[in-house]
Amino acid sequence: MALSARLRREARAESVFRISTMASALLVLALLAGVLLTLIYGSWPALKVFKWSFVTGERWNPVADVYGALTPLYGTITTSIIALVIAVPISFGIAVFLTEICPRWLRSPISTGIELLASVPSIVYGIWGLFVLAPILQHSVQPWLIEHLGPLPVVGALFQGPPYGIGLLTAGLVLAIMILPFITSVMREVFRMAPLSLKEAAYGLGATQWNVVWDVVLPWSRTGVIGGIMLGLGRALGETMAVTFVIGNAHRISASLLAPSTTISAAVANEFAEAVGDLYTSALFALGLLLFVLTFAVIAGARFLLMRLERGTVQRA
Amino acid sequence: MNTLRRRRIVNIIAFAMSMVATGIGLALLCAILWTLLSRGLGALSFSVFTQMTPGPGSSGGLLNAIFGSLVMTALGILIGAPIGLLAGTYLAEYGRNSRLSTVVRFINDVQLSAPSIIVGLFVYMLLVMRMGHFSAIAGAVALGIIAMPVMVRTTEDMLNLVPKSMRDGSAALGAQPWYTITRIVYPAAKNGLLTGVLLAVARISGETAPLLFTALNNQFWSSNLNKPMANLPTVIFQFAMSPYADWQRLAWVGALLITLFVLFLSIIARSISSLFGQHANPGE
Repeated sequence: MALSARLRREARAESVFRISTMASALLVLALLAGVLLTLIYGSWPALKVFKWSFVTGERWNPVADVYGALTPLYGTITTSIIALVIAVPISFGIAVFLTEICPRWLRSPISTGIELLASVPSIVYGIWGLFVLAPILQHSVQPWLIEHLGPLPVVGALFQGPPYGIGLLTAGLVLAIMILPFITSVMREVFRMAPLSLKEAAYGLGATQWNVVWDVVLPWSRTGVIGGIMLGLGRALGETMAVTFVIGNAHRISASLLAPSTTISAAVANEFAEAVGDLYTSALFALGLLLFVLTFAVIAGARFLLMRLERGTVQRA
Repeated sequence: MNTLRRRRIVNIIAFAMSMVATGIGLALLCAILWTLLSRGLGALSFSVFTQMTPGPGSSGGLLNAIFGSLVMTALGILIGAPIGLLAGTYLAEYGRNSRLSTVVRFINDVQLSAPSIIVGLFVYMLLVMRMGHFSAIAGAVALGIIAMPVMVRTTEDMLNLVPKSMRDGSAALGAQPWYTITRIVYPAAKNGLLTGVLLAVARISGETAPLLFTALNNQFWSSNLNKPMANLPTVIFQFAMSPYADWQRLAWVGALLITLFVLFLSIIARSISSLFGQHANPGE
């Protein structure tokens, strides 16, 4: 009797525990659905009024209650592209250094140092970007760019106007520093997974170490490399505080990368607290929805590539 | 012969450039730390920890903001860590090969890199609008939601490292799965689980964007969870963007404190996990 009571209690404990783990796992999905529904609900009034012109409209005018997201969308995409252009080659260099030439004893301290860049809070990047990086850009880098690249045809349009210090270029630079550790970490992992036999075969044919990296390791790991870059892109698209400090917060599209602009996340962070009127708030929710869709697509794509890769190695092993 | 020489030169140039890239990466870390130390240490004084945030143009400290950050981070972890632990347990134990786990794992990985400002909007609509005012509890919920995916991911990774034979041994003695998990698997993975908690704390203690719409800020001392509460990140944001020299100095001190705290946690988490024999991949 005592035994059967105990067994029953055990069975109950078992089902309580199992169900609570499953419920928690389902909560992960429910949260995502909740976020999506909330954003749709919040942005409904604005989307009903502006329809597609919310995405294609350039005017963002709280006084006239007209909202178009083209400028922040442009800013988000431009700063992210600048960030990738700068961060990808540097990350690649660091990953190659860490996997190919770095002496073993130095490997761990250097990769820890690079990964610590990822744990610096984004607000710290913001204040550093505003007070340290922006003045440097304003006084030395930007005047040089304006003088030497400004007069060039086509490319010149990107480097015109007064050197404000803050703007698209500065935001892109700060983002580059922030996403660098993430891209580096993925690249390093996939480079390390490249099969030794392939590399040795290439050396046997007389390849230099660089030939092996560029013609064997990189093609072999391209899925992972693309996944890592997309992961960095996802980060850059959604980063808020650092960009808010250095973007300049101007609802204006200009060809020059030196001009102040805004991004989706910076606009939401800056204007949400002071948004009066339901349509204004709703328009900011719609910006949030736009950001959600954009980052979800990019990050999900990245994760999909990386997951496929992970599964592939498990099978191969 | 000529091409061989060319290939050797390309080799040297390429590797020199990869060294330069590494140098740039490390120099950036040093530059940021140097700025924080040189600007933050100078303004760091005892009064930072004993006085409240000042009004414009007067001196003061960060006591209420430090307190608020500690409270909300602790609450956020209390909300996010247990749920994350259970969800991670499902992924590694009960649902190891189920289709649900594949979906949850994928969505959780996406949430790891999702923009935190969106969580702020979500909690704003869920709690702040319903309650009619900003509150510390809303801030804590937002932080909890951000902490959760970190915990889910590390829990699953760490539980997967526990050998299957330990579970089999426990089962062979007649233990139910829940008993095996809580008495055998968790203790075996406790260092790894601790790493997860530390990484989650590191992740949320510098978060600013979600707090802007939830906990807001408070210039005064408040320990009421139902009221807006001061916190370091929003104080740094407000003070750094202000034209007052006193405020900007305090912003640098705050940035220094937060960064040292977060870096310290990351390094501790890293060394625990390397002792445990597993490389944790934080925040990725």
